[in-house]
Amino acid sequence: MLSRIAESLFWIGRYVERADDTARILDVHTQRLVEDPWIDEQRACHNLLALMGVPCALEEADTERVLATLAFDRVAPSSIVGALSAARENARGAREVLSAEIWESLNVTHNALPQQRTMARRYGPHSLYRFVRERSAMVFGLADATMSRDESWLFLILGRSLERVDMTSRMLSTRVLAGDAAPSWTLVLRSTGAYEPYLRTYRGAVNSSRAAEFLLLDRLFPRSVFAALEQAEGCLAELERSNVRDGHRIGVSGEAHRIVGRARTMLEFMGTDEILAKLPTRLDELQRTCSAASEAVTSRFFTEQAPQVWVPEGVG
Amino acid sequence: MADLFDGYPLGEQWDEMFGAPAQPRPPYAGLFGSLQPMSGEELAARADVLSQTYRDAGVTFAHAGEEQPFPLDIVPRVIGADEWAHIERGVAQRVHALEAFLADVYGAGQVFADRVVPRSVITTSAHFHRAAHGLVPPNGVRVHVSGIDLVRDEAGDFRVLEDNLRSPSGVSYVITNRAAMSQVLPELFGDHRIQPVADYPSKLLAALKASAPSAVADPTVVVLTPGVYNSAYFEHALLARQMGVELVEGRDLVCSGGQVSMRTTDGQQRVDVIYRRIDDEFLDPVHFRSDSVIGCAGVLNAARAGRVTIANAVGNGVADDKLIYTWVPDLIRYYLDEEPVLANADTYRLDDVDATEWVLANLDSLVLKPVDGSGGKGIVIGPRADERTLDELAVKVRQSPRDWIAQKPIGLSTSPTLIDGRIAPRHVDLRPFAVNDGTDVWVLPGGLTRVALPEGELVVNSSQGGGSKDTWVISGPRPDNAPAPDRTQIEFTTADLPAEPPAQDPGPANDNAVAQGQQQQQQQAEIPGTAVSGMRDGGTARC
Repeated sequence: MLSRIAESLFWIGRYVERADDTARILDVHTQRLVEDPWIDEQRACHNLLALMGVPCALEEADTERVLATLAFDRVAPSSIVGALSAARENARGAREVLSAEIWESLNVTHNALPQQRTMARRYGPHSLYRFVRERSAMVFGLADATMSRDESWLFLILGRSLERVDMTSRMLSTRVLAGDAAPSWTLVLRSTGAYEPYLRTYRGAVNSSRAAEFLLLDRLFPRSVFAALEQAEGCLAELERSNVRDGHRIGVSGEAHRIVGRARTMLEFMGTDEILAKLPTRLDELQRTCSAASEAVTSRFFTEQAPQVWVPEGVG
Repeated sequence: MADLFDGYPLGEQWDEMFGAPAQPRPPYAGLFGSLQPMSGEELAARADVLSQTYRDAGVTFAHAGEEQPFPLDIVPRVIGADEWAHIERGVAQRVHALEAFLADVYGAGQVFADRVVPRSVITTSAHFHRAAHGLVPPNGVRVHVSGIDLVRDEAGDFRVLEDNLRSPSGVSYVITNRAAMSQVLPELFGDHRIQPVADYPSKLLAALKASAPSAVADPTVVVLTPGVYNSAYFEHALLARQMGVELVEGRDLVCSGGQVSMRTTDGQQRVDVIYRRIDDEFLDPVHFRSDSVIGCAGVLNAARAGRVTIANAVGNGVADDKLIYTWVPDLIRYYLDEEPVLANADTYRLDDVDATEWVLANLDSLVLKPVDGSGGKGIVIGPRADERTLDELAVKVRQSPRDWIAQKPIGLSTSPTLIDGRIAPRHVDLRPFAVNDGTDVWVLPGGLTRVALPEGELVVNSSQGGGSKDTWVISGPRPDNAPAPDRTQIEFTTADLPAEPPAQDPGPANDNAVAQGQQQQQQQAEIPGTAVSGMRDGGTARC
C-alpha cells in the first residue's frame, strides 16, 4: 500500500487512542478535584500538565488551564479536540482505504466537536469525555467489524498500541510523581479503565505494588503496557513477514520491531521487584521507547521525500 | 434576575438550609453562594442531565415489580463537621449496644435475668430464631452493616426513628449520587471540602474478610442476592462489582458436608463469607420456609459448624424490631454504661392496659406503627387520617397491642428541593450506614438522605414515591497523621525522576502549505465556482 496512506492509518490509530485516553485521564482528574477533600488543586494540575508533556509554571496551573490545554486546544495534537481533528484530517486523505463507515464516524465526531464544546461549558466537561470515549470506541469497533486484516488494519492497530503504551506509562507516572498531589492508585486504575478488572482479578483492596504490576505487566488486560507492547510487536512481525521468506535468519529485520520487542522482553523477563524498584526510570524509558519505535516505523515504512522544488537554472 | 431562593417559605419545621429567610446556615454558605446566581431554568436543565445520567447508568429501584429510576434531587444536603461528629458517635454507640444485646439474646440472656427487657418481648418477636441460638460468629460481629434512620425534629436535634440491622439498602445510591453530582455539577463542589464516600465497598470487603472463619487465610467472599427481580438488585450488583467478588444466587451455591461452595466452570469453589441480601425466612429451607427456592439448603448448619460466615447474622431482626427500639436507650446504659448520644423519638409502648387505652383515646394525635413493618407500610399518621382509617386502626390495635407502637408526630425537617423548576421545601430524613469489622465501627460520612417529593408528605421512603439527595459532610482539616490510603507504598525521591517527561509525539508534518495551496488551485481550475466552497467545508479541520 502507499506509504502516505499507511502513515495516515498509523496516526489515526494513535490520535483516536490518545483522545480516548486523555478523556479518561481528565475525567478522573475532574472527579478527583471534587472528591478528594484535601487536594492541592494547583499542584495536581501542574503535575498533570507536566506529565502530558505540556508543562506550565506552577502559579499558572489551574483547572481552566488544564481544560484549555488538554481538552479544547484546537491545534495541539496533545489535546482531545486537536487529536480528533488531526485524526479526521488524516482520514480525509485516506478515504479510499478506510471503510465509509469509519470515515463517517470520524467526520461526525469532528463536526460535533463545537457543539460538545458548548455543552461542556454549560453542563460541565463530563459530557465531552463521555462523548469522546464513545466515539473512539465506535471508530475502533467499526474498524474491527469492517476492515480486512491486511496492512491497513495492521498500521491502524500498531498506532493504537504504541499510543497505549505511552499513555498508560504516563498515567503510571502520575502516581510515581508522588507528593501530596499524587492521585491514589484507585484513581490511577480508574483512569485507565482498569479498576473493575483489577478488583475482579485480585478480589480485594487496592495495593500499590499490585496495581503497578497490573498496569505494567498483566497479560490479559488490554490496556496494560505489556499487552499493548505485545500487540504492537505482533503487528510489526506481520508487517515484516515477507522478510522472513526472503531469507533473513538472524534476529528481526526491522528496527521498530527490535525496539518494541526489547521493551516487551524487559517487562516479561525482569523480576517484578526489580522493575518496581526503579519504576520512574522504567516508565521514562517506556515513553521514550514509544517515540523511538514510532520514529523507526516512520523511517522504515513511511519514507517520504521532502518536496523538491525545481528551480530553473539561471542562464550563464 | 429572579433569585432562585426568592419566596422560599419557612414553616414551623427546622429547615436544613435556612435559619431565617435568605440566611443560610453556616455549612450551607458555600452552596448558597454557588446556587443563588443560577436561574430556575438553568438548574432544571442540569437536573435533566442528571436524571439522564441516572437512566444511562441504570440506577433503578424496582417498585411493584417495575424498574423505576430513583429520583435524585439536584440540591445537596450539607452536614457540618461538628454535627457529623455527633451523629457518628451516636450511631457507633447504638451499633455497639445492639451488638451486645444480640450476643446476649442468642447467648446467656443476662439482660433478661437483670430485668432490663422482659424475655417475652423477644420470644414473641417474629424475627427471633431459635435456630440461631448459640451460634457465635467467628469475630463476634453480627451486625456487619447497619442503617440507623434519623430525622431532625423542630428544635434541630437528630433523633433515631428506627434501626435496620438485617440488610439495610440504599448505600449504592450514596455512591452513585456522589458520582453523578460530581459529573453534572462539578462547580458546586468547588468551594467545599467534602468527605469522600467511594471507599465504602473496600471498607465493607475488609469487614467481611475480617469476619471469615479463623482458619482461612485468603477468604472468598460472595454477595448473595435473591435475583434480578429484587427491588435492591441494582445495589447487590454494584457492591459485588466494586468489591470484585462474585454475585451469586441461591442456585449457584451448594452445601455438602458442612461446607458451602459455588458452582464455577472450574468445579466447586469454597465460599467463606456470604454477604447475604436475602431475608432470614428465605435463606435456608432446612430451617426456615421450606418452600424457599432462592436460598441455599444447609447454609445455617455450615455456619454453626464454623465453616462459613453469614453476614449479617441470622436473627438480627429481633433487635431492630420497633418494640425493642423503645428499649435501646436502656440497652445503651446497661451494656455500655453511657448516656445515649442520639435520642429516640418519643414513643409509647402498648404493654399494659392503661397505656393501650390512653393511646386508643388519642389515636388522632399520634403516629401508629406496626412493629415488624418496614418500608413505611401500615403506618397511620393520626392527625392526617380520616375517621374510617382510625376506626379500623382501633380495632386492630385492640386485637394485638404487641404489634404496635405509638409515637408523637415529629415535624421532619425540610430541605430545599427542585420541584417543577422552583425550589420548594420538602421533608427529609437521613440513613447513615455503619460497617462493623470487629475492632471498629466505621460510619460512612453522609449516608442516604431521602426526600418525600409530594408536598407535605411525611413518609420518606423509596417505596412510597421518595427521592434522594447527595449528602455532603464538610470535612475538617486534614488530620496530621492521616493514614496513607495504600497499604504498601512504593516510595521514590525526586532524584529518581527524569528531569522532564518527554513531550507527546506531534504527528507527521504532512500539512505542506505549498502543496495545499496548489491542490486548491488545481481543483478550482477543474470545477470552477463550486470547488472553493466545497474545499472550505472540509478544509477547516487543521485550524
